[in-house]
Amino acid sequence: MLEVKNVYKSFGNNHVLKGIDFKVDKGEVVAVLGPSGSGKTTLLRCISFLERADSGTIDFDEFHYDMADISKKEIHTLRMQMGFVFQNFNLFANKTALANVMEGLVTARHVPKAEAQKRAHEMLTKVGMEDRADYYPAQLSGGQQQRVAIARAIASGPRVVLFDEPTSALDPELTGEVLAVMRNLAEEGTTMVVVTHEMKFAENVANRVVFMEGGNIVEENTAKEFFRNPQKERARQFLQKTIGEA
Amino acid sequence: MSERVVEIISQSFFQILIPGIQVTIPLTIISFALGLLIALFLALVQIANVPVLKQFALVYIWFFRGTPLLVQLFIVFFGLPSLGVVLDAFPAAVITFALNSGAYNAETLRSAILAVPKGQTEAAELVGLTYGQTMRRIILPQAFPIAFPPLFNSLIGMVKDTSLASSITVIELFTKAQQIAARTFEPFVLYLEAAAIYLIFCTVLTLLQKWLEKKMVYRTPESKLTASENKGAGEEK
Repeated sequence: MLEVKNVYKSFGNNHVLKGIDFKVDKGEVVAVLGPSGSGKTTLLRCISFLERADSGTIDFDEFHYDMADISKKEIHTLRMQMGFVFQNFNLFANKTALANVMEGLVTARHVPKAEAQKRAHEMLTKVGMEDRADYYPAQLSGGQQQRVAIARAIASGPRVVLFDEPTSALDPELTGEVLAVMRNLAEEGTTMVVVTHEMKFAENVANRVVFMEGGNIVEENTAKEFFRNPQKERARQFLQKTIGEA
Repeated sequence: MSERVVEIISQSFFQILIPGIQVTIPLTIISFALGLLIALFLALVQIANVPVLKQFALVYIWFFRGTPLLVQLFIVFFGLPSLGVVLDAFPAAVITFALNSGAYNAETLRSAILAVPKGQTEAAELVGLTYGQTMRRIILPQAFPIAFPPLFNSLIGMVKDTSLASSITVIELFTKAQQIAARTFEPFVLYLEAAAIYLIFCTVLTLLQKWLEKKMVYRTPESKLTASENKGAGEEK
């Protein structure tokens, strides 16, 4: 459904992505794991065109583009089919939770206001934030903000939702509520790409794991296999360090 | 205080206050509003990196910040007629003050816009907003409270700068004070009076600023407390 091929990206002399091939199928949950600086986040940002890849191609259902040579309009078309959840939430600070969820519907997709409002309430209910609909982001805890951000990302019914370390900015107590929401989405069949350090989540929720290091994909495996019996030595070490057993 | 001085004060106070209200205040408000539009334009073309216009903005700001306001007034009012552009004193003053404050406020707005976290723009783009929609609906509403105190600084500064318009024959507050001082030979009293009236105007503005800042406080992160109070809920978070 979504596939990028041969993605290269460097910042100056720092080669962050060295020819990545990555894909996600409809209904699949892919966890992207790897140490810091491995290029996980950059990959996600290239797929959503927050960063422009130096080269590579993207195939997204009926759309096929050269990632380095793509117009603003084409980027816009692709983004209208994606949801994105940031590490630090990035809720619109000047808008209430409800207005945050409505914004993309009303302004970008021209959904009538009443309908958008109804839809936004549904989304907030889904993430358990309906009772905070009129709160501004500054009045919400990190976990609550992230749940609203997830509601915002799924409001337009995107074909894929990209999560960029959605719980890394949260203290441990608050990660649980966000992961629970994500697990529900996964169970509903939402197509998800999750860059994360939450090993338990990856093991239990993801179908597939992509393990990156140094701008390359080192191992790609089913989640079960990856955690039980990783193929590559480097992946084995990573699991030992992060999970601390095996 | 001699009786004569008391009489001069009581007679002249309203004679000075009236041009203050009729000329100084409108001159300030119109110039500041126009200046703000200019400033917004100059800030946006710089941030959006619009070729040519960006360079124009840089040169514009360089010129108006680098030359004295009084000299600019003289150029517009006394200088332009030799190019065939003859302006009345009041419009000449409005244009000059607007152009001048536009240059300063452009920098204020630019820094305020840049102070809005980059993640806000990224999030807006990803929910599908265009650049213009992002600016209008997300960035500027957040930049405005940041720009507000320095903009008010500049507004208060302009109230006093309008006294320079007396030098190009605008009959405003200070011009009137000068005229009466010349007639009564009481410069000390008259100029103190003028100063007092400027002080009154600026005090009102200062109070207005405090009040307006409270009004928009919920938009800033530090406003957690006030915002929940506004909700009147006192609810459990």
